[in-house]
Amino acid sequence: MQPAAIEIHGLRVVRGGREVLRGVSLEVSAGTVTGLLGPSGSGKTTLIRAIVGVQRVAGGEISVLGAPAGSRALRDRVAYMTQAPSVYADLTVRENLRYFARVLGAAPERVDAAIETVALGGHAGQTVVSLSGGERARASLAVALLNEPEVLVLDEPTVGLDPVLRRDLWATFHTIAEGGATLLVSSHVMDEADRCDELVLLREGEVLATGTPTALRLQTGAEDLDQAFLDLIDRAEAGT
Amino acid sequence: MSLRVTMATALRVLTQLRRDPRTIGLLIGVPTVLVVLLHELFADRPRVFQSIGGPILGLFPFVSMFIVTSITMLRERISGTLERLMTMPLAKLDLLLGYGLAFALFAAVQASVVSAVAFGALGLEVDRSPVAVVALAIGNATLGMALGLFVSAFAQTEFQAVQFMPAVVFPQMLLCGLFVPREEMARWLQIVSDALPLTYSYDALRRVTTAPPLGGSFALDLTVTLGATFLALALGAATLRRRTP
Repeated sequence: MQPAAIEIHGLRVVRGGREVLRGVSLEVSAGTVTGLLGPSGSGKTTLIRAIVGVQRVAGGEISVLGAPAGSRALRDRVAYMTQAPSVYADLTVRENLRYFARVLGAAPERVDAAIETVALGGHAGQTVVSLSGGERARASLAVALLNEPEVLVLDEPTVGLDPVLRRDLWATFHTIAEGGATLLVSSHVMDEADRCDELVLLREGEVLATGTPTALRLQTGAEDLDQAFLDLIDRAEAGT
Repeated sequence: MSLRVTMATALRVLTQLRRDPRTIGLLIGVPTVLVVLLHELFADRPRVFQSIGGPILGLFPFVSMFIVTSITMLRERISGTLERLMTMPLAKLDLLLGYGLAFALFAAVQASVVSAVAFGALGLEVDRSPVAVVALAIGNATLGMALGLFVSAFAQTEFQAVQFMPAVVFPQMLLCGLFVPREEMARWLQIVSDALPLTYSYDALRRVTTAPPLGGSFALDLTVTLGATFLALALGAATLRRRTP
């Protein structure tokens, strides 16, 4: 078992008077690709925002690489990709990456490397506004890859991408993890769960289950993970 | 704070502006046309144009930069780029100064073009150097930028941001002494006028365009204008939060 890159204890977040995260505790092992799964509205984005330190929290502790989430020391070690593509629409892909590379203090040659990784080489000179939805998402993902961070927190990075590209990106995620980095990737598509080393199932602001895909199958006796997740929900509801 | 990040931000903002030639055209073309219009309007009363032409030149950048900044910063908040930047090694001051540098540079271009037309083609004359007018115009642009940055925190949509223009800019324009001399205003309007930063910017412009010695009031004007700019920037910085609800 690897040491934990992200440790969360009793995290509570209240947004608009509603308790969105209700005492979340979990650990994300270093050097893994961990999938954060759950239906929309389960609190995935809020949890991710809390981990990168942009979410105001009501209680609990989050430590990333041994430091409190969002602390200054983490700002060039943790990369974050928001759910909506957060790049400047009126700049080209390369101009966007150049700017963020300067902010991060990343080497200039990392710009082309990141463009290559997300397969946007043919579009580097195009403004983001002229790209398709999937291409914009990839441009936004490229920003997270610029300075070879130790922890990558990606909110639905593969949404709206075609199957080939999704497969390639997941392969990239594993390559990055093999280099020692930790990835936490959220998704609401269950068929992506099998591509993860470990899973965190979130439901209504609580952790429903954690473990490897195989362990979750064994635990529920279900063939596919979709069914396993449904079984876990049924059990949780029967228990309450 | 880092010079690298500040300069990168200024460069990025200028590149964004360059991508939008229509906005550049409007920002430079509209004040130019308005100055020509003003000149024609007072064709029979050239002394009116001579007395208000100079101050007006200095006030345009205030209005332009207020609008441009409030919209740009609002976009940055809505699009998620601000949230992303807040997770990166970027100080709030880097962002604010980056914007400030870029827009001050643009304001210098805007004020120079409009001044060149007014002083060159329309025969506007001021008692002191036109350079002083351009310098004060840049100062006003920075004040407009700082105020725009601050109010952008209170707008959720671009519609709302645009409405802040009449709300924040018009009253200051009306009460600064440009339309009615401050001495002729009702007492309570004078008090309101005293509290508005543009009153001092206008007064400074009026003083550099007329003959009498600048005097201590001019120093006060500059101090208040600069002070208001820094105050608005500080308030704007306070609205940039790393953690949001």
